[in-house]
Amino acid sequence: MSLLEIRNLHVQVGGHEILKGIDLTIDAGEVHSIMGPNGSGKSTLAQVLSRRESYEVTEGEILFDGKDLLAMKPEEAACEGVFMAFQYPVEIPGIGNAYFLRSALNAIRKYRGLDELDAVDFIPLFRERLKLLEMDEKLMNRSVNEGFSGGEKKRNEILQMAVLEPKLAILDETDSGLDIDALRIVAHGVNALRAPSRAMIVVTHYQRLLDYIVPDFVHVLVDGRIVRSGGPELALELESKGYGWIEDEARQVASASA
Amino acid sequence: MAVEAAQLESYLEDFTDFVKETANETPQWLRDLRDAAFARFCEVGFPTVRDEDWRFTNLSTLRRTPFRLARSNAPRFSVSDLAAWHMKGAAARLVFVDGRFAAQVSACDGVPQGVTVNGLHNEIERRASTIAEHLGRYLNTERDPFCALNTAFAEDGAYVHIDRGVVVEQPIHLLFISTSGTTPAVTYPRNLIVVEDEGQASIVEDYVSFGAETPAFSNAVTELVARGSATVAHIMIEREHMQSYNFSTLRIEQARSANVASHSLLLGGALVRNNVHPVLAGEGGECLINGLFIGSRHQHLDNYMLVEHVRPHCASRQFYNGVLDEQAHGVFHGRIIVHKDAQKTDAKQTNRNLLLADDAQIDTKPQLEIYADDVKCTHGATIGQIEENALFYLRSRGISEAEARRLLLEAFTGECLDRIKEEPVRDYVHAVVEQRLLTLAIAAPVALKSVREERESSWEEVE
Ligand SMILES: Nc1ncnc2c1ncn2[C@@H]1O[C@H](COP(=O)(O)OP(=O)(O)OP(=O)(O)O)[C@@H](O)[C@H]1O
Ligand SMILES: [Mg+2]
Repeated sequence: MSLLEIRNLHVQVGGHEILKGIDLTIDAGEVHSIMGPNGSGKSTLAQVLSRRESYEVTEGEILFDGKDLLAMKPEEAACEGVFMAFQYPVEIPGIGNAYFLRSALNAIRKYRGLDELDAVDFIPLFRERLKLLEMDEKLMNRSVNEGFSGGEKKRNEILQMAVLEPKLAILDETDSGLDIDALRIVAHGVNALRAPSRAMIVVTHYQRLLDYIVPDFVHVLVDGRIVRSGGPELALELESKGYGWIEDEARQVASASA
Repeated sequence: MAVEAAQLESYLEDFTDFVKETANETPQWLRDLRDAAFARFCEVGFPTVRDEDWRFTNLSTLRRTPFRLARSNAPRFSVSDLAAWHMKGAAARLVFVDGRFAAQVSACDGVPQGVTVNGLHNEIERRASTIAEHLGRYLNTERDPFCALNTAFAEDGAYVHIDRGVVVEQPIHLLFISTSGTTPAVTYPRNLIVVEDEGQASIVEDYVSFGAETPAFSNAVTELVARGSATVAHIMIEREHMQSYNFSTLRIEQARSANVASHSLLLGGALVRNNVHPVLAGEGGECLINGLFIGSRHQHLDNYMLVEHVRPHCASRQFYNGVLDEQAHGVFHGRIIVHKDAQKTDAKQTNRNLLLADDAQIDTKPQLEIYADDVKCTHGATIGQIEENALFYLRSRGISEAEARRLLLEAFTGECLDRIKEEPVRDYVHAVVEQRLLTLAIAAPVALKSVREERESSWEEVE
């Protein structure tokens, strides 16, 4: 059984069809990269996987670990092991970072029938993960993402992933806005979390990230459809040739089938 | 109109009895004060929504309910009955049962030298000159019929006096218990707090109910005098049951360089009106007027502020946050008057509101009247819902919807609680607010779902 099976997924937002029949199968241990032009639906796919309710699924199904993902609320999906690193992480004044992260971890542990961790048990784990992402502990006493720089926010997403240890991690443009040092740190953190039991979907526009996080598969999303899939070499091809040729091809296929 | 006259009649009967009963023990000055106040009340009666100060608050149910003065047969409490309302680390606790000081369950002995805390009634003879000097001196019974009515029945409440230079680190807890009899009862707590030059104190007025939910009316007045360079924090907690009417006025008189913080927490009650009326009467005074109101069901919570800048170089800060669920109605009416001599006034007013349901309502009204030319006044208000992005972010990490809401509400209300500097008070209030929020966070998802559905259908209609 695959970890994730997406079959013929159609999704509407605000009455417009954004995803127009996605099929994608991901096995544990694999890293898949999704690339594609602006507005092609990459974040939409990520949000649907993490069960944002404003995205309406009109057709298709998603099995996660054999379970019906579309029947789950966001918190249930998270507790089952889905994690999305947001393209635009949210600032939440008044809720402390460390407190938030411990609450999240405990919610997930409780769901899985594990004991909750008190602050004393949590701190060693937390410190170790902070070190992995080379983050200052002082940031953690502040409110969630409040006043963080763009790079700090992205690192904070990966820190959360490192603490929550999901089965499926979806990184939505975690690389954009990072300078090369921050990118290396983030990629190092992500690679440290690669494991035979864990799969990742890496959404990106740039080959740059994929130099560090080498994917097993690359998929190209154009106008709500996966128009091409291949190995890491596909990303290199896109890097040198851009999306134009692939969009043209997609249009020809679409008009031929119409 | 006939109903109204009949209702005023019941206040008249109460007053006649009250005057007779208290004739022997009341000094002349107090009798005169009461008589004048009652005459004023009879003249104007209860306000209506045509009155600008009462525009958002309809008093017809209050008018219709035949409240009678709660005089005797209040239940006797033992200290253990009061455990639920125990404030850790308080310097003193004064308990009032239906407006009357209950010495046997109060604890007044732990206060430092130079501090007097007692029932007002007990002190009227002993401290006749101090009390006569202040009582009724600051309150404007002409403006507000409820203040007039309270003054007419002014008899007992808290008396707090802090001598010059005396600092009371721990809070003074004033607990007002409304017990419910079989018929609607009214009480008139009357408090006098005087903090002399360079004195410091924090005082908590805590209104609670005991027993069944029969309508009860607390009409309270506090006069707070902060003399030169005094530092005073006043905390008002309204958490009576859902059939209660609570009207209160905090009249603050601030002398030169006095620093006063008023924190109001309106959590309970059916119909609540909280007036905070500081007068910055000396140069260099600072006043913080901080508030939080949380309403659900059909609660009506009216926050009325009148901030008067009389002398130059004073600063006032108003921060009120409101959370309204179900059919609750909140009012924020913040009036600032900068008098002619009050140059270099710095006045700021902020009101933020969260509506958790479609039927919840807030009226927010700033009102600035500026008669000086060199002043800085700003105001702002926001009305919104729980941020969907933040809610989703928390949920996407495994936190349940109810818990995520609770965290976001706690963050929103925490802004206000963090302004309370006195730790024992903040801890006490925090626990009270947390309890209140639990009831909302559980109710909210249902309410919000209906909002979302209705919105969607109305969009379709538009298209
Ligand atoms: N909440 C929304 N309401 C209406 N339209 C939306 C909403 N969210 C996304 N869309 C539209 O859906 C389409 C796909 O958006 P999506 O964010 O999934 O693209 P993307 O591939 O992630 O793009 P980018 O590379 O710019 O991040 C876009 O046309 C976008 O405008
Ligand atoms: Mg995107």
